[in-house]
Amino acid sequence: MAETDRRKLNRRDILLAAGVAAAALVLWLVFHFAGRGTGEQICIRVDGKVQGTYRLDEDRTIPVETGYGRNVIVISGGQAYMKEADCPDHYCMQQGAIDQENETIVCLPHKLVVEVISGSTQEKSSSGGVDAVAQ
Amino acid sequence: MTPAAKAAYIAILIALSLILSYVEALIPLNFGVPGIKLGLANLVVLIGLFLLRPGEVLAISTARIFLAGFLFGNAASIIYSLAGGLASFAVMLLLIRFSHLSIMGVSIAGGVSHNVGQIIVAALAVENIKILYYLPALLIAGVLTGLLIGVIGGRVLPVVRRIVRRR
Repeated sequence: MAETDRRKLNRRDILLAAGVAAAALVLWLVFHFAGRGTGEQICIRVDGKVQGTYRLDEDRTIPVETGYGRNVIVISGGQAYMKEADCPDHYCMQQGAIDQENETIVCLPHKLVVEVISGSTQEKSSSGGVDAVAQ
Repeated sequence: MTPAAKAAYIAILIALSLILSYVEALIPLNFGVPGIKLGLANLVVLIGLFLLRPGEVLAISTARIFLAGFLFGNAASIIYSLAGGLASFAVMLLLIRFSHLSIMGVSIAGGVSHNVGQIIVAALAVENIKILYYLPALLIAGVLTGLLIGVIGGRVLPVVRRIVRRR
């Protein structure tokens, strides 16, 4: 193939871009409808292990201190957001407030994930002890 | 090209991609989704794949990732950059060899695979599959940034090719 042919946008390029965009749309729809509605609790995990679950209808401030660093999650007005973090990039603080089921806030450097869950999953019972300690 | 000339070209391209990483670090782009950035340094990899041997491009790319990581990032950012960098390198190399995509299409595939590689490593790191929630946004971002880099690459490649040929 001539070198110059590769400099013009062709039909295959457009098919590729459209295909990826379509895949993104389908995934977005699946995620959107799989976790529909407002969640009732948030679950905080570090390294995939549950640190605690907290009700979204009770305003509170949750400091999380681990070997990776410190994060402060705030529940206010039925939503949760990352108020403080001593991670290098602070992406977690820029991800806004979450309250829809399956929404997440991720602090990658601290391996910390805050996720919104419905009120009746097994995480609730399994983390009861951890939650009590955190309180 | 003599070995000395080749070594010089590779060194210049590493320096160039490091400057692009620096420029990128200066632009405070924030889309609210972690990991989305322009990927300016990918321009060097893209052009390199059309001009040099794959091993040489891989050396440039990994050298750039480690240098930029030490200068502007941290150990974690090096791992994510490597995941994205290796994924997009492999995909772009295969597409240049075995597809009829233009430089724009190759770059789009590179941008998308970079983001997919990074989020897979991120999901493994936090051991939580739910962060794949960001995947749709990252796919679209990969297409847009890939297209931008591809358009620039299409303009720059013939100029660089002329300079290399003149030697």
